[in-house]
Amino acid sequence: MEIPYTVKNRPDTGLYNAKLGIWLFLASEVMLFGGLFSAYILLRVGAPAGEWPHGWLDVRLGTVNTLLLALSAITTLLAWASCKVREFGKFKFFHACTILLALTFLGIKSYEYHDKWIHYEIQLNNGKIADGHFESAVYVNQASKQEVEEHSYRGNSFSQVAGGTTNNYQLASVTIHGHVVEKHEELMDLRSEEAKKAVHKELTIAATDIKKMENYGPRHNTFTAIYFTLTGLHALHIFGGTLVIFYLWGPGSKMWKTDPERFTNRIEVSGLFWHFVDLVWIFLFPVLYLT
Amino acid sequence: MSESEQPVDLKSYIRLCAVVFVVVLITTASMIATSYANIGHGWTLKVALILAIAVVNAFLVAGYLMHLLSEKKMVYTVLIFTVIFFIGLMGLTMFAMNDFPPGTATH
Amino acid sequence: MEATVQQFPPYRETAAPHGHDDHGHHEPNFWSKYIFSTDHKVIGIQYGFMALCFMLFGFFLMLMMRWQIAHPGVPVPVFGPLLEKILGQPAAHGAISPELYNSFGAMHGTIMIFLGVVPLAFAAFGNYVVPLMIGAPDMAFPRINMASFHAFFLGGVVMLVSFFIPGGAAQAGWTSYSPLATTIPTNGQVFWLVGMVLLITSSLLGAVNFIATIIQLRAPGMTWMRLPWFVWAQFVTAFILLLAFPPLEAAGVLQLMDNVAHTSFFLPTGLAVGGQLADRSGGGSPLLWQHLFWFLGHPEVYVLILPAMGIVVEVIANNTRKPIWGYKSLVYSVLFVGFMSFLVWAHHMFLTGMGQKIATFFQATTMIISIPSVIILTCMLLSLWGGSIRINTPMLFALGFLPMFGIGGLTGLPLGLAVCDVYLHDTYYIIAHFHYVVAPGTIFALFAGIYFWFPKMTGRKMNEFWGRVHFWCSFAFMNIVFMPMFVQGIKGMLRRMSDGGINYSAARVPNAIDALPGSVMQLNGVILWAAVCLGIAQIPFIINLFWSISHGEKVGTNPWRATTLDWQTPTPPPHGNFAHEPHVARGPYEYSVPGAAEDFTPQDAPADKTSTAPNAH
Repeated sequence: MEIPYTVKNRPDTGLYNAKLGIWLFLASEVMLFGGLFSAYILLRVGAPAGEWPHGWLDVRLGTVNTLLLALSAITTLLAWASCKVREFGKFKFFHACTILLALTFLGIKSYEYHDKWIHYEIQLNNGKIADGHFESAVYVNQASKQEVEEHSYRGNSFSQVAGGTTNNYQLASVTIHGHVVEKHEELMDLRSEEAKKAVHKELTIAATDIKKMENYGPRHNTFTAIYFTLTGLHALHIFGGTLVIFYLWGPGSKMWKTDPERFTNRIEVSGLFWHFVDLVWIFLFPVLYLT
Repeated sequence: MSESEQPVDLKSYIRLCAVVFVVVLITTASMIATSYANIGHGWTLKVALILAIAVVNAFLVAGYLMHLLSEKKMVYTVLIFTVIFFIGLMGLTMFAMNDFPPGTATH
Repeated sequence: MEATVQQFPPYRETAAPHGHDDHGHHEPNFWSKYIFSTDHKVIGIQYGFMALCFMLFGFFLMLMMRWQIAHPGVPVPVFGPLLEKILGQPAAHGAISPELYNSFGAMHGTIMIFLGVVPLAFAAFGNYVVPLMIGAPDMAFPRINMASFHAFFLGGVVMLVSFFIPGGAAQAGWTSYSPLATTIPTNGQVFWLVGMVLLITSSLLGAVNFIATIIQLRAPGMTWMRLPWFVWAQFVTAFILLLAFPPLEAAGVLQLMDNVAHTSFFLPTGLAVGGQLADRSGGGSPLLWQHLFWFLGHPEVYVLILPAMGIVVEVIANNTRKPIWGYKSLVYSVLFVGFMSFLVWAHHMFLTGMGQKIATFFQATTMIISIPSVIILTCMLLSLWGGSIRINTPMLFALGFLPMFGIGGLTGLPLGLAVCDVYLHDTYYIIAHFHYVVAPGTIFALFAGIYFWFPKMTGRKMNEFWGRVHFWCSFAFMNIVFMPMFVQGIKGMLRRMSDGGINYSAARVPNAIDALPGSVMQLNGVILWAAVCLGIAQIPFIINLFWSISHGEKVGTNPWRATTLDWQTPTPPPHGNFAHEPHVARGPYEYSVPGAAEDFTPQDAPADKTSTAPNAH
């Protein structure tokens, strides 16, 4: 006996196996992201007044990414529709667009990650806070006492490397592009009028003035933590989806010649997954970038 | 929709997609506008408005691009239970996190 | 179990003339036959074998812990030097250190639940039996099925490897409450989380597959109300896994971030570790972990029990030779249990100081969910009424399940009420309660299933005499292990104490804490030796299992004279299961139908068979 309904619909459910399968999988994905969104809400509601950041992410980049994903969702649908009308060339074109859009999305996302990664909050010994993007650092080789200037920071947290010493190099000074504020609270709402007035310039800070230096990585606060986790997991979904679509577009498209109907089903099922990933982003964008 | 119940016309899909994309543009723009608008009441009202617009956007994707509006009963059944448990998870957790005996500090 | 698969080629040859099998183009080698097999029966056996091994290992961990409880600090006889050799410092001088006790405790729970009972009850029996019962040639997605097993295998490997890393395996309990799980300065928890993500992935793939199979691949005529109840139980279980596991996966990812990327999802502001302020941003919520964990954790209880109940129903119907009592009530009850299981989770959290409103809500739902559970148990009991009961090993285990699950279930009621729960929650009472549900309950049912379906897998029966020895010894020692724990718990003996409560008992506070009576402490010794005997009682089973593969009594395709489709195929079933698509004509439990030629009417027997019987009405 062969497994039935791999291509044709079962009469009483009106579905073929894989289509039911993908919807069940998406149901579990809803619960996965549901759990994460619940975590987001509780962290945000539970944050003390003024402690939840606003305006930390670049709305322009987020908007571009939103539109890229929306477009890729559309090309996915059209790729499937092309298969339905048996136009293989158009299918190839539309899914090539999907893959390119997805890769652009991931490119922009990694640029945003990098931007947060080189953004440092430096607590100074005088109680003020220097905040800005890393430009360069000067290290002293403890053996030869030579100074070395580098454009990447060794270790992402000053407090982690015991006084700034790592691999026999001691931090002498750090140069950032940013500004100095009196209180931590001033860094929370970057949309406020005061924050907009701040003048950003090159600042060089001696290591002896630094109490603690930490980038805007996941450990910075609960916002960056949930931001990196949610978008990271979403990016993994994008990555996985792209791999599948690339397979179906490239080597997997051989099936078109032998079993076009089954191939069309595969495109539909992978498309459903892709639309779901877009759906998640539709909520991630406002939740992280706009509010 | 694996077997063509009716003849599929690629052009009709392109038209559908064009409409969807225009609506996505409008909803995205209005979300951003709401986010920067000065409407008082702090963030609470804004968040509610923005999420409402996002739901419209999500409805478009799920309803038209994923064909959820014309899906089979079995899929609806699965999704209804998912939605119920999703609401249960979120709602009851929120309820529990905000219900503490009098006199105790909240988390 | 080797013999099972070795018999495939002959069957393929006999099946081929029917023109229904085109899988035999090339002879599969060892790897594609046993390791990368996509056949649901092989995968079921793979799951079953692995799960039994893990259960034995989990049992061993428990023995070590029971020794430490009964004789704190005394080197473990026989195994002590071995432990010291393998694990080093934590097992110095062959004794179990408190850290090692904690990690054995955490891993005993994890292994028994996620690597033992769930894979055996859901994945092994489900994989082997469900497609046969519904008349399907295989699972809906055979390759995803294989991926599911491989994810499970990897998860198991990660869990086992964690014992050998510096600091040893996870120590924060199978519930892994934060901030404890994050502040223990070893990497065991990271391994635990990675292992869990793999196991959850495995369960999700399995659940999707089961649901799709049951919905899509039912044979013609196999309507919903003709499904054997075992299939219903597996169906609901799959839904629970599908929708309850992902929030734990989310929580696992967040805790992994806490442990690896030093975030503070579950760490509150101002957390102090070892007397110092932790270098953390804070702002997280420890209770959030508990909510996400128990959102899976409670439904998980039903994942453990429902497949077991399914097995018991099949065995009882078969051996009472009459239809199961209240089939429809059973079906609606299991659906309702599955639904409600998502709405009771916070009764595990009464001790967190929740408010009265939410506590009342969860007490109410907890009381409500006990109703369908009792209906199911009652239906099983009433099925015995007036039956001409055949007593054999599977039936003995199924009958043993009934009172054991009854005790486990009923002792759970006080725990569903916040007032009693606050007193009982952290005592041995709760250990006794849930072990009665899972150990003499679920595991007895699983034994019943193994004895029952063994002839289908191998074509031979397991030895009846040693089966009975296995049952009666297990039954006696199980109760001697767990019954005293109720007493200990009610007397106030706390759980999770590596010294078995000796220090607690010594720290007497006038008018607040009384010393535990000596008799309560002495019970620890009784439990230890009962547990050892329980372990010895499993030896006949292990030998019987392997011996019977090649030496058991040979039987035909339907030795129990059962009605369901799994017994209407050749034994062992060939690749593709059925030579011809079965056509189902009736419900699953047509035993002793008046006027029928025999006392059982298979589901796929032609519809006119009963009416043409000699003395038809």
